[in-house]
Amino acid sequence: MSEQAKAARPQPANYLYVRHTLPVRVMHWVNVASLTVLLMSGLMIFNAHPSLAWGKSSYTGRPPVFEISALRTSSGQLIGVTRIFGYQFDTTGVLGVSAGPNGQPAIIAFPPWITIPTSYSLAAGRLWHLFFAWILMFNGLFYLAYAFTSRHLQRDLLPTRTDWRGIGQSIRDHLRFKHPQGEAARHYNVLQKLSYLVVIFVLLPLIILTGWAMSPRLNSLWPGWVDAFGGRQSARTVHFVVAWLLVAFVAIHVFQVIVSGFWNHLRSMITGRYRITGTQRKARP
Amino acid sequence: MTRTHNRLGVTPEALAKRRFLTRTLGGTGALLLAGCDKLNQSPALKKVLSIGEALNKNTHHLISGQMSMAQEFSPADLSPSFRGNGNTNPASADYKAMAANGFADWKLVIDGLVEQPGAWSLEQLRAMPSRTQITRHDCVEGWSAIGQWTGVPLAQLLAVVRPQPEARYVVFHCADSFGSAPYYESIDTDDAFHPQTLLAYALNDKTLPVTNGAPLRLRVERQLGYKHAKYVMRLELVADFSRIGGGHGGYWEDQGYQWYAGI
Repeated sequence: MSEQAKAARPQPANYLYVRHTLPVRVMHWVNVASLTVLLMSGLMIFNAHPSLAWGKSSYTGRPPVFEISALRTSSGQLIGVTRIFGYQFDTTGVLGVSAGPNGQPAIIAFPPWITIPTSYSLAAGRLWHLFFAWILMFNGLFYLAYAFTSRHLQRDLLPTRTDWRGIGQSIRDHLRFKHPQGEAARHYNVLQKLSYLVVIFVLLPLIILTGWAMSPRLNSLWPGWVDAFGGRQSARTVHFVVAWLLVAFVAIHVFQVIVSGFWNHLRSMITGRYRITGTQRKARP
Repeated sequence: MTRTHNRLGVTPEALAKRRFLTRTLGGTGALLLAGCDKLNQSPALKKVLSIGEALNKNTHHLISGQMSMAQEFSPADLSPSFRGNGNTNPASADYKAMAANGFADWKLVIDGLVEQPGAWSLEQLRAMPSRTQITRHDCVEGWSAIGQWTGVPLAQLLAVVRPQPEARYVVFHCADSFGSAPYYESIDTDDAFHPQTLLAYALNDKTLPVTNGAPLRLRVERQLGYKHAKYVMRLELVADFSRIGGGHGGYWEDQGYQWYAGI
């Protein structure tokens, strides 16, 4: 059917259609669970050495690029201190020092409410992290195989020529929290497509690779490959930064879901069905 | 039916939905945390999560091979000082006496499932062919330090004592302890015969300092720091380590850390 014929065909004003296939829905929620556990157990692992360096080792003679620590004032009060590139911030209550199990201030880099487990245990944190890393990786491999073979990637995620031409408009629409209505809402918008592609093909591969780069055994696979990241400690720093970039993506993603029809989107990621509401306005191409 | 709207134009149903949502999200977070902590006590869960360790070990062995070499560095990469971690000065009177005497009375004992058990003085070990390597030490905590190690390849000593066919692990008995639990470690014969696996007696061209494990420490370069036993007194070849210490193959393994520390 030609585009013109499609446009001419009368569409019901309101209807449900299957927006997300079952594999995409399942893999989406597996991602939610594994990324949550990986972040929280990762912060537990970070707490064992709450410092990030750039280079092959931690002891290069240069100061760390990022560090969370604690100090005690002359009056005995604990203060959480966070240093980024030499700039120092008082982060008591959140980073460095936060309420311990007895409610008293305790020295811990990331607070108990954001780590797995809540009380310090590097051994348990590693157990969770190194298990869910496999879940994330298998999920990612299944996703890639599915996305290519089902043409989900080519059909839904690759920006079209029209998308590229409309990128300026899409940026203006996003800044005004305006979202496509009617038929146009059936497709991802161009910024949405690009952000998904960045997560799928840049951030997730990068966090997996930098995770491997921290493994002494995998280092021996091809001695020196870790230097592509600037060395093992640089890889650890990149791993940490990418983790927070993923958190930033999730925050924006959830925000967009909330402002563009929370229940409709949530339903479509659970049952698959998404409601298109017909509008009098002509949908923007 | 008429719908009541508040001044924001939100229906009570929508409000209820919102309340439900915020409570669900907040509640889920708290439950998740509490749940994870409860789960952490469960041996069944530990078994499931430990699948990760088995996957790592088997995959790493499959793709990197027994003889894959750890990266070696140039003198320019050396860390200005090599961090000592864990025990940095064993408390036992025996150790202190040996240290005071420059370890002249110390002997490395190798026994267990071997044809030819024996004991070597530091002087004898230093007289053997040695290997020097600049490698990166990766602590399980996350930090790395680069140092130059000189020592006897473990494979050479094993060739002298000749392990029996049923020997599968080398257990390292150490002079340091945490409380009453002595430090020990174990590696399999794959790592034991690896060319970079050393019993090191020198760090950065100087006699190994007490902080870093004098008189002798293990270097097993493709694994994390806790496998690199310091203050080594005795090597025991065994078929399995279930009757040694807490039965998990090492002091930290008995505290819940993975036996395979390649990642």
